[in-house]
Order: sequence, then structure tokens, then C-alpha cells
Amino acid sequence: MALPVNATRGQHVWYWCLRVICAFGFLFLVGPIVVIVPISFSSGSFLSYPLPGLSLRWYETVVEPFPWMFALENSLIVAVATTLIATTLGTLAAYGLTRAHFPGKPLIFGLLISPLAVPVVISALGLYFFFARVGLVQTHAGLIIAHVVLAVPFVVITVSATLKGFDWNLVRAAESLGAPPLSAFFQVTLPLIAPGVLAGAVFAFVTSLDEVIVALFVSGPAQITLPRQLFTGLRDQLDPSIVAIATILILFSLALLAVVELLQWRNARHRSRGDT
Amino acid sequence: MTAPAGSNLEVKLRRAQRRRSFTSFLLVAPLLLFILVVFAGPILSLLYFSIDDPKLAEVMPRTAKIVTAWDGAELPGEDAYAAVVEEIRTGYANRTVAAAAMRLNYEISGFRSMVMRTGRKIRRITGPPYRDALIGLDERWGDITYWRAIKASAGPYTTRYLLAAVDLERRWDGSVAKAPPERTIYVEYLQRTFWISFWVLACCILIGYPMAYLIATSGRRTSRILLALVLLPFWTSLLVRTAAWVVLLQNKGIVNDFLLLAGIVDEPLTLIFNRTGVYIAMVHILLPFLVLPLYAVMRNVPPDQLRAAASLGARPVAAFLSVYLPQTLPGLGAGCILVFILSLGFYITPALIGGASDQMLSYLIAEFATRTGNWGMASAIAILLLLSVAALYPVYRGLVRGGTGFRFG
Repeated sequence: MALPVNATRGQHVWYWCLRVICAFGFLFLVGPIVVIVPISFSSGSFLSYPLPGLSLRWYETVVEPFPWMFALENSLIVAVATTLIATTLGTLAAYGLTRAHFPGKPLIFGLLISPLAVPVVISALGLYFFFARVGLVQTHAGLIIAHVVLAVPFVVITVSATLKGFDWNLVRAAESLGAPPLSAFFQVTLPLIAPGVLAGAVFAFVTSLDEVIVALFVSGPAQITLPRQLFTGLRDQLDPSIVAIATILILFSLALLAVVELLQWRNARHRSRGDT
Repeated sequence: MTAPAGSNLEVKLRRAQRRRSFTSFLLVAPLLLFILVVFAGPILSLLYFSIDDPKLAEVMPRTAKIVTAWDGAELPGEDAYAAVVEEIRTGYANRTVAAAAMRLNYEISGFRSMVMRTGRKIRRITGPPYRDALIGLDERWGDITYWRAIKASAGPYTTRYLLAAVDLERRWDGSVAKAPPERTIYVEYLQRTFWISFWVLACCILIGYPMAYLIATSGRRTSRILLALVLLPFWTSLLVRTAAWVVLLQNKGIVNDFLLLAGIVDEPLTLIFNRTGVYIAMVHILLPFLVLPLYAVMRNVPPDQLRAAASLGARPVAAFLSVYLPQTLPGLGAGCILVFILSLGFYITPALIGGASDQMLSYLIAEFATRTGNWGMASAIAILLLLSVAALYPVYRGLVRGGTGFRFG
């Protein structure tokens, strides 16, 4: 976007207004995330500038077993289990939904992704009442099941999107050459839709790792996750160890952003090559 | 081709197709079953919990039966008093009466302690007439409003939670009226939820539209970098972003330091635990949800069209309004509804950054469910929130179908 050479005065004003708003917008989006990173290396306990000195003392607090490492361990257990279950169930369902026609398909698809459309607090309430009756409140299994519900729509959506560009003749070719359906799936389909499955898995992992509302409803002291510990810390006692954890999580999101960008780039390249 | 062979092939083909449909459905079945049992069922059960009212009838079945038959016009007869005495006696002995007392307290505050006190002294009542004896223990047992409260709690179903969620109540004679002022807080929460969502959306449009425009019209390289600047917060944990705002907005925080240093203000502004902080943090969290779909649509609007309009003599504002804006409306609409729906359900950010008067419907749901254990009220408010969201959803679907779907990235 550039201003034409013969721009009027009014156009100049608009042009600079736009620039100023955009500059403010991008600063507003990224500024807070960038600005808190150096505070985590402060040697003092005030969450402000100028820093009295640099140290790693808050990272030392973070690596202590309680509360952060305990919460991290819980978060990882739950997120890994959620990812495995959600990716498996979601990929199977997406594959089934695109493979053939059967009655009620749009309805089923809508139902499978409906957890995305319902405010999380309502899902949390429903899950809490359900778990209370079947004895899953304050268990790891309960938290994992709850997170699968919230994560699985992302897998269904990404895998379905990938399968849209999938050439079913490849499966037919494999089957006509004598491959049983299962090996055709694992040797032909899965490698080709792997970027979509991986993207779905990343989404599922992040959903679980970032989820706090359901955790507040259904988990107990033994299942405290990282976001829940962050929530408690922010509410009760704010100290720079929270900022240290936040910094680690920001680096983690940067890495994930890179992974997803890479996957989508590869996927796009794959598809465009398939089209030609 | 002979007819029998053809139909044979057709039958075989149809059978194969049917088998294929069936095996495909089998692949979907595990997840479908899972979602039905763990998600759809429990959400539907909220409807049931919002009218379910079993507590009093469980603990005091005879009383419940008698007051249900009672017309509520005058004090009930001796049999009702006898039932109350007997059932409070047994309920107090085996400690079940507290649940019923809690339920009665929803009707009249103070009823709980009244029942518990009666339970403590119930030993003093040794025989009939129970009416005089009970009024002797606590004269409120002679007040008809308390008996009407028992009638209203007798179950097994009630409309009180659903009515209360919109600040109404059912009178003893069956009429529906506005609830007393101390209980009319829920409509205010609903209005506030919509009000906050509206302003958050307005701010998002004001900042997000120019941003999406800039990303869409910049060169390839710049646009990738700018897009990454939107995606980074999008991928960052909601709690991390909320934490950042808690740190930044404190009285001695970075924003205030900067404002003081720059001489914009003389003393620190209060930016946290109030509405300002909630707006700032919510706009920050929701802005990418507006920018991304908008960008996806704007990317496909040819920039030459604005120049063409200008060359045909349209003034820039007119060209924008009549050429550019209409083509971006599907993306704008989808982004707006997405932001609005998401913000209606916000809980964490207002809870951490807002004050007592900045909490939204979700906060009430969490309070009733986890702190006071009032499942009926929690369910009723959840239904109110769900209806608000559901009303907007068809609009979103229509807009997304009309425009191009958006992909992240």
C-alpha cells in the first residue's frame, strides 16, 4: 500500500491516520507479550522497570518441584493423553465422514464440532455435573476426557480440510493391487494427510495445555495444571516467578507457531503440486 | 447386455456401496458416541437440572405431599404441623435436614437457620397439638409466607431458577411477578455481559479493520511479518496474556510508569480491577479473531478496484464505502459475530482483571456451581447464556457460507 504521488491533502491525512492506528494496533498486540519477558530476569521482586539487576532467581523458583514443576507434570500428562486420544478419534471420524455417503452426515459433523460453539463455561458445567454423578470429578481421567471433548473439533476440522484435497484414486489403486483397507490407510492415506493430522494434534495439545475453565470445575488439588496454577497465582499472589513461567510459555508458543506455519506451508506446496 | 446380468451387477454394486457406507459410519461411531455421552448429553441435562427440585420432597416427603395439596390461602392444618415436626425430628437426627433447609433458604433468607434452630429444640415437643408447640418454638411457624415457601419448594419440579435468571418469581397464587430488589441482579449481569461484549467488539473493529487492510495490501514480505505479529498473541496462552496485562496495568506497573514519565498524567491511573482493564485485556485477546477472517476476505479483493473507482472520479471515502467495504462485509460480519460470541462467554479475564462490578454471566455460573453448590441456578443461567449465543449462531453460519472460509495462517 502506497500513497499515489498526486494524493490530495485529505488522502494524506487518511493515510497517516491509518498508519498510526495500525502502529498502535500492532504495538498493542505484541507489546505486552514482549515487555514482560525481561522482567522475568529481574533480580528484584517488583514487576516494573527499571530492573534492579539481572538474575535467574525466578527461574530457580520455577524449577522447584512445588508448585510449578508439579503443575507442569500434570499439564503434560493430561495434554499428551488428550492429544493421543483426540487425534486418533478425530482422524478416524474425519476419515469416515469423507470416505462415503451415509444419512445425517452434515448433522453428525455439526455435532462433532459443536464443543467449539458452546461457551467453555457451559461445557465445563455440563461436564462437572456429569462427572459428579459418575465419580470422575477430581481425577486425571476426568480431566483428560473433558479436554478431549474440547480438543477433538480441531482435529476433525483440520483432518477433514486436508482430506478435501485428497485423491481417493490412490486408495482405489492400492486396494486394486490387493492391499487390505487397513494397510491402504496406513501406507497410502495416512502419510499423505499427515500434515493435517499433525496440525490437528498440535491444536489439540495447545487446547489442553491452555485450558483453565474446565480444570477449575472438574479437577482437584492432585490435578492442578499449569494454567490453573497461573490462575491461582495471579489471583492470590503475584510474583515474578509467574512472569518466568509466562516467558517459558511464550517461547513455547513461538515454537508452535513456527511448526504450524511450516506444516501449512508444506501442505499448501503439496496440494499445489498435486493440482498441476 | 442382458437384463439379468445387469441387475446382478447393480445389486452387487449397491451392496458394496452400502457396505462402504456402513464401515465409514463405524469409523465415525466411536467419536460420535463419545460426544453424545460426554458432551451433548450433559449439556441437555442442564435443562433438566434447571427445573429439577427434589431436595425437600426427599427429606420431608409427607410435608411436601400435604403442602402440595394445600391451597395456600390460610395457614395449613394440624396435619401439616405434625408432619413438619416429625420430619424435622428424624431429619435432624440423621443429619439430612440441612439439605432441605438450604433449599428453603433460596425462598426466604433466614429459613435455613430457622429450620436448624427448630431441629435443635425439637426434643421439647412431646405431643400434640403440634401447631401451638411449633409456633411456641419459633413464632415464624405461624407466618403464612414461610408455609408458602415450603409449598414452593415441595417439588419435584420448579420454574423458580429459570424465572429467577430473568429476575422474575412465581407468587404463591401462581402468578409471575418481578422478584424483590435484593434478588433482581441477574438481568443486570446479562445486560452487562452484552454491554461489555459490544464495546469490546467496537474497539476490535476500530483497530482491527485498518490492521487487516494494511496486512492485505502490503507487499508479500511485509504482510507475512505483520501476520506473524497477529498470530503470535493468537497462539499465546490466554493466561499468559492476562498475566501480562495484570503486570502492565498495576498502579506501579509499566503503563502507569510510562504515562507518568511522559507527563501525560500527574498521578497513576487506576487501570486494573475495573472496567477499563477488562476492556483493554479483552480487546487484546479477541483482536486476532477479527483481524484473521477479515484479512482472509480482504486478500481476495483486487486493490485495482479502488484505483479504478478513483480514476472514474469517485472521492476516496465514496470509493471506499461503495467499492471496498461491501466486498469485505462477509469477513467483517463473520469476525464480528465470532468476537461477540466469544466475548459473551468470557470468564477468566474479567475474574482476574475486573472488579466486583465487572463480572459477566460466566462468573455467576462458576460461582453457583463451584462455590454455593446451587445446581439449579447455575443451570438456569447457563441456559440463558447458551440461548444468547445460539441466537447469534445462524447469523454467523450464514455469513461464513456467504463469504470465503478463513484458514489460520
